[in-house]
Amino acid sequence: MKKLDMLVTGVGGQGVILATDIIGEAALIAGYDVKKTDTLGMAQRGGSVVSHMRIGQRVYSPLIRKGDVDILVAFEKLEAARWCYYLRPGGIALINNLALPPSSVNMGNERYPSDKEITDILKRQTDRIYFIDGTHRARELGNIRTLNIFMLGTASVFVPLEVHVWEAGMSQRLSPNIREINITAFHNGRKEMRSVHL
Amino acid sequence: MIKLLSGNEALALGAYHAGVKIATAYPGTPSTEILESLARHDDIYAEWSTNEKVAMEVAMGAAYAGIRSLVSLKQVGLNVASDPFIAASTTGINAGMVIICADDPGIHSSQNEQDNRRYAKLAKVPMLEPSDSQEAYKLMAYAFDISEKFDTPVLVRVTTRISHSRSVVEVNQKKLAPARQANFHYDAKKYVMLPIHARLRHPLITERLAKVAAYAETFPFNQTLWGEHRLGIVTSGVAYQYAREAFPQASFLKLGMTYPLPQNLLLNFAAQVDRVIVIEELDPFLQENIQAMGIKVMGKEFIPAEGELNVDIIEQGGQRTGLLPEASSRHVEDTALDLPKRPPLLCPGCPHTGTFFTLSNIGKRSKPMKSRVKTPKESSLIITGDIGCYTLGTYPPLSAMDTCVCMGASIGTALGMEKAGIAKKLVAVIGDSTFMHSGITGLVNAVYTKGQITIIILDNSTTAMTGHQEHPGTGISAQGKKTKAVELEQLVRGIGVSDVKVVDAFNMKQLRNAIKSALESPELSVIIVRGACSVRLPTRSEPRAIDTEKCNLCGICLQLGCSAIQREKERVYIDTSLCVGDACTICQQICPRQAIDQQSKIEAAKSL
Repeated sequence: MKKLDMLVTGVGGQGVILATDIIGEAALIAGYDVKKTDTLGMAQRGGSVVSHMRIGQRVYSPLIRKGDVDILVAFEKLEAARWCYYLRPGGIALINNLALPPSSVNMGNERYPSDKEITDILKRQTDRIYFIDGTHRARELGNIRTLNIFMLGTASVFVPLEVHVWEAGMSQRLSPNIREINITAFHNGRKEMRSVHL
Repeated sequence: MIKLLSGNEALALGAYHAGVKIATAYPGTPSTEILESLARHDDIYAEWSTNEKVAMEVAMGAAYAGIRSLVSLKQVGLNVASDPFIAASTTGINAGMVIICADDPGIHSSQNEQDNRRYAKLAKVPMLEPSDSQEAYKLMAYAFDISEKFDTPVLVRVTTRISHSRSVVEVNQKKLAPARQANFHYDAKKYVMLPIHARLRHPLITERLAKVAAYAETFPFNQTLWGEHRLGIVTSGVAYQYAREAFPQASFLKLGMTYPLPQNLLLNFAAQVDRVIVIEELDPFLQENIQAMGIKVMGKEFIPAEGELNVDIIEQGGQRTGLLPEASSRHVEDTALDLPKRPPLLCPGCPHTGTFFTLSNIGKRSKPMKSRVKTPKESSLIITGDIGCYTLGTYPPLSAMDTCVCMGASIGTALGMEKAGIAKKLVAVIGDSTFMHSGITGLVNAVYTKGQITIIILDNSTTAMTGHQEHPGTGISAQGKKTKAVELEQLVRGIGVSDVKVVDAFNMKQLRNAIKSALESPELSVIIVRGACSVRLPTRSEPRAIDTEKCNLCGICLQLGCSAIQREKERVYIDTSLCVGDACTICQQICPRQAIDQQSKIEAAKSL
């Protein structure tokens, strides 16, 4: 792999940062240069979170350039639309089929975009758009917090790193009591993509 | 050993391996994780100090006593600590003293965007700047050595993008510095800064700076990286990484020590390239100092002096000046502009929500759901705010804050408005950690000057915004040990406030009565609103639900701004995965139609 730029986004509390930490560990184990950086604003919870993940032979800037992202992973639909302009033409967008309306929408001051509007925004960048029922699948597994690792599993299909490397990366970052369920979630994510026409 | 470390983790590990024994800090984004990482080592002493000034003084004392010490703080923290910082420069030290200052270009989580490199020049201390985690790790050993070699505190300046980026670090397994015994020897001319002594110190500082400047010429982290000789770029910190991508062909002089500057190195570099530019984030600090050497450079003519840089911004600057070819294909449209924003919010179950809802309600500040009014009406009370999670009470629908400027300012600002003759009721809102940091002196002042304001201390017994650090009121040390707690109520009474009430943050009736009576009282009142941070709740109980048959969509619960309460066309509902249940119940208390209760109770009532 020459280089891989991934942007992972979601809402505070969804586990965006842990997800990219794991990608970083896996890429490091595989011998790549790695840089990652998170932009999360000032709050603990509820704000828009975006994490830049860069893998290559030699990485300089921790921030990915607009229009350079190879894979966008969004844990929420509005956040997918918000950050998709970072995608390179023809890049991959993996989007969890979940709408979390911000407070301005709840108060009736702004409108949450329709699925068609979100798809149209994404289509300006790429046709490789995959909506995934991640929240549903995580709930089926018995822990909604495994959503981030499930989504990581779906993304892993597009990343030339071996499964045991991903597992080693997860072992580095996940405490033993949640390791097993998350590794299952990861493999469920990989299976999910097998059912999608790539 | 190879690790993937954040800049902050690398700085902490570098300091640990360099033999730091005393580490102090007050939490502040993006610097917080430095002390958190150090506090995990049992063989050093780490503390969350009351504020940055105290942190600096404790570290200074340790350095006077011959023990390597470290202070970590954010850019505005150095404002608070500037007095002892410059004092430590004046006296010098007796063991290595390093100050890590994390600036926040782009204002990700701060109240301003200041370039603290200017503090190095003001205090006349050496300054080091790493450009990634590996350098952050390695530079710490140099920082302590330089401090001891030249008898000076050393400033290590990082930025958010260095502190909060992870990159690959090769770590030395063994500790680099031997342990020392504390010792302090009487030396009044060095440590007692009477004018007669301080006058003797100043020429020594000038001399010291000249010696460090000479050392900078061969400092291994001031590196020349030759490329084409057409363009030479002087840069430092994360700006180097961006510049390297934007100008892959250019020659670089990458500075690891940005004060004092290596004049000969710069002159030689400039002589060997056709043109020199400086690429730096925020102020033209390098540019001005290099220009003062008589070297012709440009920089801020095409690189913005505000905000965080990135490769795109630098490339665009390069194109504007003709240093890079115009590229048309890279134009990228920002799709985010029309989409609903997602600002950070108070969490579901936040103990601050009830207070702001009550203030908003009493002050008639929030906008009723069906009204067309865009901005809140002129309020009947003024709320001076402070720095913490509760600053988020500014956002609609709560809209319950008029000022927020710097740590501890809420009390002084409210008092100033009162003395200026504002006739409206004045309320200062401050968190427990912020009150300990710098609210106490403001309260002393308000008592002394017979202020009549109302002060609300939001006591969640933690420093929540930066990630739940301990503080003097919590009774737990930075290293997780039980210690003595400073009791807020006793402290406030001890200062001389007689009207002190302690209320439950989740009891809306109690809260409203306390605030109303304080506002009506002609004397200075303090209300301590106590409630645990919901992020730290050990367990969640049964979430609340809305009985759609009773609900008439009045929208009062939505005015809490609780992210668990959501609206979907003609239905308001509670997201059960977000609601904290029994620990909060604020929405249940304020619902005029008693439509909110435990989900099981609503269902049971329906089946009857």
